[in-house]
Order: sequence, then C-alpha cells, then structure tokens
Amino acid sequence: MQATTESPGLGAAAPRPAAPKTRVPGLGALGPRLEAFVIPLLALVVSFVLFGAFVALAGHPPLAVFYEMYRGAFGTWFSFQNTLQRASPLLLTALCTALPARAGLVVIGGEGAFVLGGLAAGAAGVGLAGSPPTTVVAGMFSAGALAGALWIGAAGLLRAKRGVNETISSLLLSYIGIALLNHCVEGPLRDPESLNKPSTRHIGEANLIGAMPGLDVHWGLVVGIVACLAAYVLTERTVFGFSAALVGGNARAARLSGVKVSQVLIIMCALGGAAAGTAGAFEVAAVHGRANASLVAGYGYAGILVSFLARHHGLAIIPVSLFLGGIAASGGLLQRVFGLPDATVNVLQGILFVVLIASDTLYGRVRYRAPAEAS
Amino acid sequence: MADATLGLWGIPLAIFAGAIRVSTPFLFVSLGECITERSGRVNLGLEGTLVMGAMAGYGFSYLTGSPWLGVLGAGVVGSLLGALHGFLSGKPRVNDIALGIAMMLLGVGLAFFIGKPLIKPTAPRLGAIPFGFFCSNPQLRSALDVNVLFVLGLLLAPALEFGLKNTRFGLVLRTVGESADAARAVGYDVNRVRLLATVAGGFLAGVGGSFLSLYYPGSWNEGLSSGQGLMAVALVIFARWSPQRCLLASLLFGGAGAIGPALQSVGITAGYYLWNAAPYVLTLAILITSSSATRASADMPAELAASR
Repeated sequence: MQATTESPGLGAAAPRPAAPKTRVPGLGALGPRLEAFVIPLLALVVSFVLFGAFVALAGHPPLAVFYEMYRGAFGTWFSFQNTLQRASPLLLTALCTALPARAGLVVIGGEGAFVLGGLAAGAAGVGLAGSPPTTVVAGMFSAGALAGALWIGAAGLLRAKRGVNETISSLLLSYIGIALLNHCVEGPLRDPESLNKPSTRHIGEANLIGAMPGLDVHWGLVVGIVACLAAYVLTERTVFGFSAALVGGNARAARLSGVKVSQVLIIMCALGGAAAGTAGAFEVAAVHGRANASLVAGYGYAGILVSFLARHHGLAIIPVSLFLGGIAASGGLLQRVFGLPDATVNVLQGILFVVLIASDTLYGRVRYRAPAEAS
Repeated sequence: MADATLGLWGIPLAIFAGAIRVSTPFLFVSLGECITERSGRVNLGLEGTLVMGAMAGYGFSYLTGSPWLGVLGAGVVGSLLGALHGFLSGKPRVNDIALGIAMMLLGVGLAFFIGKPLIKPTAPRLGAIPFGFFCSNPQLRSALDVNVLFVLGLLLAPALEFGLKNTRFGLVLRTVGESADAARAVGYDVNRVRLLATVAGGFLAGVGGSFLSLYYPGSWNEGLSSGQGLMAVALVIFARWSPQRCLLASLLFGGAGAIGPALQSVGITAGYYLWNAAPYVLTLAILITSSSATRASADMPAELAASR
C-alpha cells in the first residue's frame, strides 16, 4: 500500500530527491530523510491555514483561536498535564495501526481493541477481587492485552488465511466489540448499583493504579512511550521487523525469500491489538475503575490519525501523540472562550488527515536529482 | 390487528417493515460505492459523506421547508465530498483507501460542527407518517408504508445495472475499472471518469444520509450513523459489484439490523445489544465466505485488485 512504501528497504535503495515545491536549500542532498520531515511539516502548516480559514468562516478570529489552542494544550502546567493524559492512550492505539502497517495492512479497528481491552480488564478486576493488588493489576493488564491481541489478531488471521480485507474486517470487529461491551455492561456483568450509566462492578480502590508521583498523569504514558520505543526497535532493528517490511513492500517476494508471510501478518496485528487493549486496560485500571460506555471515546480512531501522521514510525508516534493530545485538550478551552462546538477539534483532525494523505503526492515528485537545486 | 393478536407473527412483520426502513441508506450508499468501485477506485469516506448528507438534508429541509430540497441538498453536499476525494486520489501516489479513512473523519467532524445548531429545531420530514420503530402496536398497514426514497432506490438499482451494461458511459466506466491502460489507449481520461464516478457515488451516499435525518430515525443528532457507510462498502464486495445484487444485499442487511428491535417490540429483550451487532457479524461472515486467499473474485474490477 501507498502508506507503507516508506519502508526502510525502499528508502535505502532509492534515495529520492525532494519535491521542489518545498524549496529548502540542501534538500536534494539529504534526500528522503529530510523529505520525510519537511513534507509532513508543510502539510501541518497547510492544515492550520485551512483550519484558520474555516474558523474565520464560522466567525471567529483564527489567530486568537490558535493562541487559545496553544494555551489549552501547552500554555500552563495544568493544560500540559491534560495534554499528557490525552496523549497516553493515543501512543498505544496508534501502534494498533502502525505495527500492521509495517507489514502492509491498513487496520482501523483500534477502537474495538481498546474497548474490549477495557472490558476484559474490568471483568478480570472483578473476577480477581480479593487477591493481592499486584495479582489483580497483573491479571487486568494481561486480560486487556490478550483481548485486544485476539481481536485484531483475528483480522490479521482472516487476511492471511482467507484474503479478507483487513480494513473493513477490523472496523466491523470494532462495532461488534462495542456491541459486546454494551451487552456485558447491560446484562451479565452489570453492577446492579450502576443505574444511570450501566457499568461493571468497581475493581476496588486498592486495585486502582494511581497517578505518577507529583503528576496528574497515570502510568499509561510511560508504558506507551516504552511500547513505542519497543515498536521502533522491533520494526527497524530486528530481523522480524525487516521481514515485516519485506512483506509490506512485496508479499510475493517475501514469500519467495522464505518469510512466513501469514505468521508475520498475524503477529503484527496481534501486537498492535495488544497495545490498544493495554490502553483500554489503563482506562479502566487508572481512570474509571470500571468498564462502561465511557470507553467508547474515540481514542481508537484518533490513534489511526496519529499513526498515519507519524508515517507508522514508532519514534514519530511519541511527538505526534503529544501534538494530537494537545489538540484534543484544547477543545475544552475553545468551547468556553469562543463557544465553538466540541467537534471543532474533529474538524481540525479531519483537515490534518486529508492534507497529510494528499501530501503523499509530493514525495519523490522529481525523479532525478537536480544538482542545481541542491546548494 | 394489534400486536397482541398478531402474536409471534409480529416478529417477521416487524423484520419485514424494518428491513425496508433500515436498508434504504445501505441501498443508496452501496449503489454509490458500486459506481465508484466499478471505475476502479474505493471511497471509504462514504461514511463521512453519509453523515454530512444527513446533516445537510436536515439543514436544507429546515431552511427551505421542503424535505425534497433537503434530499437534493444532501446529494449536492455528498457530490462535493466525492469530488474532493476523486480529485485528491487522482494525484499520483495518493492512496484512495487511506484518503477515504481521512475523509471519513473529516466528514463526520464537519457534520458535527456545522450541524450543532440543528439538533434542536425540527425540520419537515419525508413521508410525513410519524412511524416509530418502537411502536408497541405495529400494524400491518403501517408495515406496508414504504418510504419514497426506497422506491426510488428500487428503480435505480436495475436502471444502473442496465446503464452499466448498455450505455456508452457505462462501457467507458467499466473499461476504466478493468484496465486503465486500455482506456487511456482509446483516449479516455481515466482520472476524469473516476472523478465523475466518485462524484456520482458521493451524490447517492448523500441522499442515503438524508434518509437517516428526514425519514428514519428522522432527526439530526450525532449518533445517527453507526457505520452504515462502511458496511455498505463491504456490502458491495458481497454483491460482487452488481447494482441489482446491491439491492438484495441491502435488504438482507436491513433485515439483520431489524431483528433486534423486532424482537424487542414483542417483548423479547434478551441479547438486545447482541442483536444490534447482527449486521456486522453477517457482513463479516459474508466477507469470510466470499473472499479467497488465493484469487480475487472474477467480478471484481481489475483495477481495484491492482490497487490493493
């Protein structure tokens, strides 16, 4: 697929000169590396210009909106912590798209893995009630990661064995997962005391993993960053990661060179699902204390955007998550100051995503090096 | 003919009535996607188009007082989104599937943003028959009340089938979808044909969206669509890219979606949320049985296989 042609093998084999439109001196000499940095940046600028125009059309001063967004995201210690809180699930849900993408799959079912991870963690927390907190927490996270891995792994399995389009199947699985959550919290796992918002029983205050010392942010942030680093090492520095890139580049060639293509596809999907499931488990173990419809908050969908914006690169996911977490965090301030609807941040995300995908056309637009431009 | 006298017969009746109601948006989106995919391109963004269509249809109906202008407006807005997708994915190296995911997010975000003030007011609706799904007394007569858009879709499906087979544009469209090189060699502008096909697909998806806000459920809110736009894309695969089979598949999906509410209407509430998942499970099951690991379906436009 287009999105994954940026695999390391390809990049190393054919150094691409930069698109002339970016007009950065020395770009031609640096080739794809700088291109991969400058073009997303350009897409970012274009997105904000378009968003500014949109906001202006809606009758609000764009510059003031941008300033408030900055304030709401990074301006104060409080808002920065808010940003970090929103960024931590994104780190993990982004991996649900990024890891399979390395093997050439477009998985968009992170929401389902996230929700089921939360549900499984909630159920495990209730089931293990009475055990020492360490056991309960360990059980919750294993259950969450396993649920996510099974869910997205199933999409990978269907793709590998039956050729089922993973984009559609993972999304359908998402909806099925959300229906399962609704069924469980309304029926078999319902806490009779939860009247307004049907939920599973509370996992118990002792089993809640608190915030990190001195912060308002839970440990999911650290786990997410570690997971992204691990994903980077796995995809860029291991034989398995290389074979995944091979599968993503040309599955038939990979098969001929002895790569077990099905295995790679399923493992990448399962790992991605486990990451999203872990994020869901954090939501239950550190935030809500129980599984309910609050889990369906769009973190899975935002993760898709993060992954594409980061070009499915483990290290790039970290700053991009912070950036998108910041955008999400600024939504509240935009509502209060300008009375903008809460969907404002969704519009910005949508514009960003469309412009970013459209900017793919700038890569390698010039087929030959132009020495005159490379100063 | 009250529910009590109908007894268990109320269930198939409610499923029948529900199938027609639930299938209408599926029908329009899948017919639209069918046109687009026959040209060799996939537009996953129709989910966003559907939601935008629902919002725009409601808005235009509210502003003009005419639900049919609402339907038209929804179609126009859908065409614009289709044009954006068609134009951008015509650029080299832009992936139509990834762009579709992006357009889905953009469409939904825009619809929620622009549609915020439309949640409260009531717009004139299509059909003008107040007809609740959760009606405790479903009657045979009201079950046979078929909305006009469904009838239009019923006529449109064979018309499209005929058009694809027997008209000049249908032939060009299929050529572009089967072999872009061949179409280029005969002198057709592949990107332009695909752009038009995506615009047409967007128009139909927009109309399908207007059904959601103007007939059933019949109001605009943010939880209106639950993935119908994407399921319709899967439905096109199941229908093997034939408009007439899209019609049958839509009815099947609609029926699956109507099982839960139909059971609930006669007092069977066990597993209500699981029944809600029935269309998704059905889609998935169909995808699994109709896919093959080794070869693409013979009816699949060859240019689609190449892009995947």
